[in-house]
Amino acid sequence: MVKKSRVVDLEFNPFDLLSEEILFDILDYLDHNPFDKKSFSLVCKDFHTVESRHRRVLKPLRSELLIRAIDRYPSVERLDLSSCPRITDDSLAAISNAYKFCLRSIDLSRSRFFSNAGVSNLVLNCKFLVEIDLSNATELTDSGAVAISKASNLEKLWLARCKLITDIGIARIGIGCRKLKLINLTWCLGVGDLGVDFVAVKCKEIRSFDLSYTTITNKCLPSIMKLQYLEELTLVGCLGIGDEGLATLEKGRTSLKTLNLTNCDNMTPWGLPYLTSRVTCLSHLNLTNGSVVTEAIANSLQNLPKLQSIKLDGCHVTCSGLEAIGNCCILLRELSLSKCSGVTDEGLYFLVKKQKELRKLDITCCRKITQISVDNVTKSCTSLTSLKMESCYLISKEAFTLIGERCHHLEDIDLTDTEVDDAGLMSISRCTKLSSLRLGICYNLTDNSLIQVGKICRELVELDLYRSMGITDLSIAAIASGCPRLEMITLAYCKDITDTSLVSLSKCSRLSVVEIRGCSSISSAGISTIALGCKQLTVLDVKKCHNVDDAGLLPLANFSRSLRQINLSYCSITDVGLLALANIACLQSMTVLHLKGLSADGLVSALLACSGLRKVKLHACFKSLFPQAFLEHMESRGCVFQWRDKPVQDGVDPWVWRHTARMNANVMYLLDEV
Amino acid sequence: MDFNALQRELKMDFKVKLYSESWNDSSLGNDKSKSSITNICSQKPQLKWDDSSSPDCDMRIDSPFPKFNEQSESLSPRSYDHNNQIKIHDQIASQARGMLFDVAKHKDWDPQSMLSNLSFLEQKIHQLKDLVSFIVDQGSLVAGQQDELVAQQQQLVSADLTSIIVQLISTAGSLLPFVKSPLPTPSPLSGQLGGTSSVERSPNVGMSKASLHNNDGSKGLCNSDQNKHMIDCVSDHNCTGKTNHSHSMSSFDDHESKDEDDVGEGDHLPPGSYEVLQLEKEEILAPHTHFCLICGKGFKRDANLRMHMRGHGDEYKTPAALAKPNKDSSSEHMLMKRYSCPFVGCKRNKEHKKFQPLKTILCVKNHYKRTHCDKSYTCRRCHSKKFSVIADLKTHEKHCGRDKWLCSCGTTFSRKDKLFGHVALFQGHSPALPFDETKGTAVSAGGETAETSNRIGSIELNVGSNSSEGNNIQNVVDVKGGADDPACYFSPLNLDTCNFGGFHEFPRPPFDIPEGSLSFFLSGSCDYNQNNGSAPSSDAFS
Repeated sequence: MVKKSRVVDLEFNPFDLLSEEILFDILDYLDHNPFDKKSFSLVCKDFHTVESRHRRVLKPLRSELLIRAIDRYPSVERLDLSSCPRITDDSLAAISNAYKFCLRSIDLSRSRFFSNAGVSNLVLNCKFLVEIDLSNATELTDSGAVAISKASNLEKLWLARCKLITDIGIARIGIGCRKLKLINLTWCLGVGDLGVDFVAVKCKEIRSFDLSYTTITNKCLPSIMKLQYLEELTLVGCLGIGDEGLATLEKGRTSLKTLNLTNCDNMTPWGLPYLTSRVTCLSHLNLTNGSVVTEAIANSLQNLPKLQSIKLDGCHVTCSGLEAIGNCCILLRELSLSKCSGVTDEGLYFLVKKQKELRKLDITCCRKITQISVDNVTKSCTSLTSLKMESCYLISKEAFTLIGERCHHLEDIDLTDTEVDDAGLMSISRCTKLSSLRLGICYNLTDNSLIQVGKICRELVELDLYRSMGITDLSIAAIASGCPRLEMITLAYCKDITDTSLVSLSKCSRLSVVEIRGCSSISSAGISTIALGCKQLTVLDVKKCHNVDDAGLLPLANFSRSLRQINLSYCSITDVGLLALANIACLQSMTVLHLKGLSADGLVSALLACSGLRKVKLHACFKSLFPQAFLEHMESRGCVFQWRDKPVQDGVDPWVWRHTARMNANVMYLLDEV
Repeated sequence: MDFNALQRELKMDFKVKLYSESWNDSSLGNDKSKSSITNICSQKPQLKWDDSSSPDCDMRIDSPFPKFNEQSESLSPRSYDHNNQIKIHDQIASQARGMLFDVAKHKDWDPQSMLSNLSFLEQKIHQLKDLVSFIVDQGSLVAGQQDELVAQQQQLVSADLTSIIVQLISTAGSLLPFVKSPLPTPSPLSGQLGGTSSVERSPNVGMSKASLHNNDGSKGLCNSDQNKHMIDCVSDHNCTGKTNHSHSMSSFDDHESKDEDDVGEGDHLPPGSYEVLQLEKEEILAPHTHFCLICGKGFKRDANLRMHMRGHGDEYKTPAALAKPNKDSSSEHMLMKRYSCPFVGCKRNKEHKKFQPLKTILCVKNHYKRTHCDKSYTCRRCHSKKFSVIADLKTHEKHCGRDKWLCSCGTTFSRKDKLFGHVALFQGHSPALPFDETKGTAVSAGGETAETSNRIGSIELNVGSNSSEGNNIQNVVDVKGGADDPACYFSPLNLDTCNFGGFHEFPRPPFDIPEGSLSFFLSGSCDYNQNNGSAPSSDAFS
């Protein structure tokens, strides 16, 4: 960008030589950073026009600017309105008039205030719509569904939580949209067997069918299973689906690859053999919160030769069951046993013994396993890329070195609430591809190992150091300098972190999520450096940073134009600082609890000024202080208030905190087992 | 034959009067007029409902008759030269047939005796033919006679006829040697000339009684009735089997009851057959019909009254006092009561020239409320259908809104899965939205059908009463019933339901019904010929 702007100064404009096609090609490469295109369009009028005509994807951040954005970008194919809470029928009319022929995809999942008429208008005008996301359109009724059914080219349709749509509406969609490949009916409580059955009969092209939390029963399963191209079926929380339905399924060749039976409480273990004998092409099976997994059940998995991924989260597994899984599923790439009771060192040994190809293993909250398991896992599954072992606190410190020694391909590791120490982390830091590192509540860690991580793991994108008290500014400096790709960092309750860390972090230009909750040493100065350095900052949590005041917010308001979400609870903010935040056009969520310097009037003016707000968390005492008209106005803008009435919390001793946390978790764990 | 001659005169008078009243000029009973009526009817078949009995019956006179002749070969062809002859012939045969059940079932079939019996019948028929033809010839002279005289004549004629019939029946019994009557053995005809009481006991004989009445009241009814008997005889004779026979019998009762409902005006009937009562409007609309003679308390049912009466003393507690009055042996000999609607101009009013009485008080109440009262009960679901009888409302409300599932083609379904099955089956159909406004229409449409089906019952009641000048409402109801009911009487496919169209209207044996209604609309229909196996139906129209 810089080079180009220099060239502009010359009398002869060499840009004239650049044809539109070339500029388009250039623009094609400017995808990663949203600011690049902005800069490009600011070069000259031509570039501005070219950029406007080149843009295919539009994600407006403010509802009220939508009309102007539409004017500027004439050839948008994909319109993502998820940041515009207020989309009225008029907006939809404008959209449909402007993008009659080019619009292919529209996302209205987070928008409200439009009616059936608006949808109808949109669908009738934009004849080439292929994707519509109407999730959360809780007001949408069957007549809206009738409107959708006019979109004959529709291939993907999301109707999650459209609770007013009934079988009639779905049937109309089934009749109208014959090309549907994906349909999501999550939480469509008005839709039952008849509607689903009908859609399955009419829309033969369906690849992906999401029926989570609907009231469907076994009756519609046969027709779903007859869908020739069905690859993905999601039945989360379908209590009407039971073993009998699976038992009556015809033995046939189905193309089903992914099946999600999470929370299907009426599926007993005995249904699984029926299932596995019918859907033999299955590669991904999700049985989260299912039943007991015993040897007999696990043995039925051998009917699924292509099975690559099993999720058994929350199930009770037996040792023999794990062994059977290990023996039956040879090609397993992904295994999730998170929160499974009954996972022991022995079971895990039998499971992973033959799984040389395992890529992802999740043993979160398998609290019984020890270093033996780590030894076994690392010995057999050397290709692991993801290892999640949060809260496995019986694993001794020494075991973690084995991970680094044996699994060099790790990209994602979660060691939250484990006993990992410097030696272990230094060993893990050998995994140069590491992108996500979660080290929350690891009290044994110090700067030494993190500096090592900062030196080696240059690909790091996410770093979680929640309550890792041994960490100081030195680690952060090393990380900030060594990991330029860092996007997310959590330093919550790291008491020793000061503004210096923020200064060093401000070099990470991609940083978008910064959580420095409870770092009392951090002041407004640090915040302002972050604001200046990290232009892409979208989430900032400075809760309980008592030293942060208005001085920190003013630069934030000026420079962090991408900020979406901010938590300012317990800070020393006044009305002035809050009002300044109104400058951030796309600020959507704000949590302002226990701010002593705030007055009701100041809050009202600030909230009125922040026109993009969608969610505000406030103390309940303000509810009575706000005028009713104001609340109604905010609501009509699409803003939701969440009233909290928590007392002011003081800091607790970290050891006591961890102890109580583990105790609580154990109680839950024991309750689960009972 | 002096007595007979007098009777003839009297009957003639009566007959003429009747014709002039109900048939205007057209139906003096000759073939020409008959065929003209038949033509009219075949052109406008919906008249079948409105015009009640006349055309259909007329046609029927001809059709089964030659068939009978063929069976009874010895009959002289002259006997059906004239319509009146035919009629009488018919009549006699039917009376005779009524008796067959008594006599013939003990005998074996003997062609010789049968032949002689037939000849005897022929003789008798000739006598009757002379009698009636005389009446017809002399008809115009006595047209102006007063009603009392007419009644007298009527009485005489019926007495005469009954005596002939008794003779005929006793002989005709041998015609059907192996009749196995499924009915309880009818009591033998009493010696009374009126014959009413005995007539009432057995459906068969009751039928003959009805035909007698009809003969007096309406030519058409009479003929159709007799034809029915004829065909019954024939079919029995042809060994059509017990099944058919029992079928005919089982529907016989039904027939008869409708018969009685539809018989002609009481004035022209022999005294003692039934009496016409007319309740006042206030009585009809009163909540109670049965009143305690002691305390004056009113009841809707007489059973309740009887229960109530027990409180007034022990004498009301005897089984006799508590028994249903109709079951009394004495009541069997009592006059049948028929009711007239107090609304002048209504067909159910006794002043109407095609008066058709109502059978019970309940019928009167429902008829009066439905036809002459405001419809004050509105359906609470659809808020569009109104009823004057609360039972109708309740029936409607049971079904109202049931057919809420509507297809884009306009078909409604009471069940959603049926709608989806329908939509899945037919390309281009789609389930319609239950919008509030569409819901309203859908509901009212459903309600309409519900109501129509409701009214089928009332149609049965009203069928005979829908005269050509019947009020519009009734016509509309009938049309609806016809449209909704698969009993579309134009379609030969729906013979059974067709029957029902005429079933209640015309006293006619069940055998005859399919052929009759079919031949009525499709002349020369093979069905008719097959069943009769003899005369082509074209004869019927010749």
